Amino acid sequence: MDDTGSISARRAAEQAARDSFGRLVAILAVQTRDIAAAEDALGDALVSALAVWPERGVPDNPEAWLVTAARNRLRNAARAGQVRRLAEPEIIRRLEDCVSMPSLPDERLRLMFVCAHPAIDPGARTPLILQTVLGLDAAQIARTFLVEPSAMGQRLVRAKSRIRDAGIRFELPEPEDMPARVAAVLDAIYAAFGAAWDGWEQPDAPEALTGEAIWIARLLVSLMPQEPEPKGLLALMLYCTARRRARRDAQGRFVPLDRQDARLWDRDMIIEAEGLLTAAARHGRFGRYQCEAAIQSVHVQRPVTGKLNLEALLALYNALVVHADSIGARIGRATVLAEAGDTAAALEALKELPAGRVDNHQPYWVALSHVLEKAGDRSQALDALRKAIDLTPDPAVSAYLHERLENIGKQPGGN
Amino acid sequence: MQFMLILNETADDFARRNSPDTAGEYWGGWNAFIGAMAQAGIIVKGDGLQGPHAATTIRVRDGKRMVEDGPFADSKEQLGGYFVIEVPDLDAALDWAAKSPSALSASVEVRPVLPPMAPPAG
Repeated sequence: MDDTGSISARRAAEQAARDSFGRLVAILAVQTRDIAAAEDALGDALVSALAVWPERGVPDNPEAWLVTAARNRLRNAARAGQVRRLAEPEIIRRLEDCVSMPSLPDERLRLMFVCAHPAIDPGARTPLILQTVLGLDAAQIARTFLVEPSAMGQRLVRAKSRIRDAGIRFELPEPEDMPARVAAVLDAIYAAFGAAWDGWEQPDAPEALTGEAIWIARLLVSLMPQEPEPKGLLALMLYCTARRRARRDAQGRFVPLDRQDARLWDRDMIIEAEGLLTAAARHGRFGRYQCEAAIQSVHVQRPVTGKLNLEALLALYNALVVHADSIGARIGRATVLAEAGDTAAALEALKELPAGRVDNHQPYWVALSHVLEKAGDRSQALDALRKAIDLTPDPAVSAYLHERLENIGKQPGGN
Repeated sequence: MQFMLILNETADDFARRNSPDTAGEYWGGWNAFIGAMAQAGIIVKGDGLQGPHAATTIRVRDGKRMVEDGPFADSKEQLGGYFVIEVPDLDAALDWAAKSPSALSASVEVRPVLPPMAPPAG
C-alpha cells in the first residue's frame, strides 16, 4: 500500500482507539469479568491493527475487527497456561457465549454498575468508571479528585483485580439495588463531562466526551424513570452545553457567564433542561445534581428578569453544601456571598478550605482574587490572580485573567 | 463459582447454643438457614464448629512446635462454622450470607474458592 493508504490506516486505528476504546473494553470485560485483561488485549489488538491495516486495508467494520482480535488474544492467553487453573474452560466458555448474551442498550452501562458495586472500595468506584468506561487516564482522574496520580493508579489496579477475583456479578443490578449504586455512576459521568469541558477550547479537545456523557445520562434517565438524580444530572449538563457558543466572542476571547450574550444560548437545550428539572422535582427527593442544575437554572433566568437572583443562588449553594459538600460547592457559595456584598463571610469561607486541597485548584484562586478585589485588598487580589494564571492551561481563559490583572492594577487608589 | 461463607459468631452466640432458654431459638434459626440452602441445592460442603473454647492453635518455628490453647486471634467475633456453596456470582453468595443468623449478630465473610490447580503439562 502507498503512503497515503498507510496514513489513513493509521488514522482509522487511532480514531477507533479514541472513539471506541471504552465501549470495546466494556464489551470484552463483560464477557471475561477481567477489566485489566480486556484492556491489555484491546491494546494488543490496536497494535496489530497498526501493522495489518496499512498492508491489507482498513476493514469494513474496524470495531468488530478489533473485538475479534482482542477476543482471540484473551482465548489464547487462557490456553497458553498463563492461567494454569481449571478456570480456563470457564473463561473460554464465557468468550464463546457472547453471541447468546442478552443485548443491552450499551455494555458500558452494565460495566459502570459493576464498577459501582458495594463490594468495591467506595473511593475507587467513580475513578474506575472514569478510566475503564469513559477512557480518562489516571493522571486526569487524579487531577479531578485532587489526589496524587500514583495513589490513584494503585487504587485502580487494586479495584480491577478485586473485580476479577471476588466474583462480582456482571449484570445490571436489580431495580431495588439501583439507587444505591447510581451515585457513583452519576459522579463519573459528570466528572468525564467536566474533564472534557475544561479542554473544550483546545485544538484536540475530547469534544466527543461531553456528547457521550450526555448520551449515557439519557440512557440512565430512560433506564431509571423513577429516580430524580439522573434527570438532574442530564439537566445540568444540558444547561452548560447550551451556553457553549456564548463562552467565546467573535475574536475567540473568553466571555464569563455574567457577560454572555444570551441570544447565543441554545434555547432548545435550555427548555429541555428546565423540563427535566421540573420532572425531577416531582419525585420530591432533592439531591446534589438537581441542586446544581437549579443553580444553572437561576443563571439562565438572568436575561429574562434582567438581574441575577442572588438570594435564590445563596439558598441553593447552602443546600448544596449540606447535600454534597465539596471544594467546588464551597467556592461557589463564597463567590455568591461576595456578589451579595458579604465579602467578610466570603473570605472566611474560602480561608476555611484545606490548603492542601486548593493549592493547585485554579477555580479557588480565581474566586479568591475576585473576593479580595471586592474587599478592596488589591495587592493580595493580584497575588491570587497571578497564582490562578499559573494554573490555567486554556490560553483564552489565561488571556482573560491577564486582562483582569491589568484592570485591577490600573484602578485608582490603593497600593 | 464456589464461595466459602465464613460464619463468625459472638461470645453471646456461642453461649446461646447450650443455654436451655435460648438453644431452641438458636438452633431453629440455623436449621432454617441450612434447610433453605439445601433445598436450593447449592451446598458443596459445610459444618458447624465447636466454640473457640475447644480450639487449639499450633505454630512451628525453627522446627519447634508451639501449641497454644484457644483460637489464633483473640477477637470479639470467632469462627463458628462454614459452608462452601456453588452459586453464579458474589451477589448471589451475599444474598445467601445475609440470610444466615450470624449476619444479624456478628458477620459473615464471603470468599471465592480457588479453582483446583491443573496438573502440570507434559
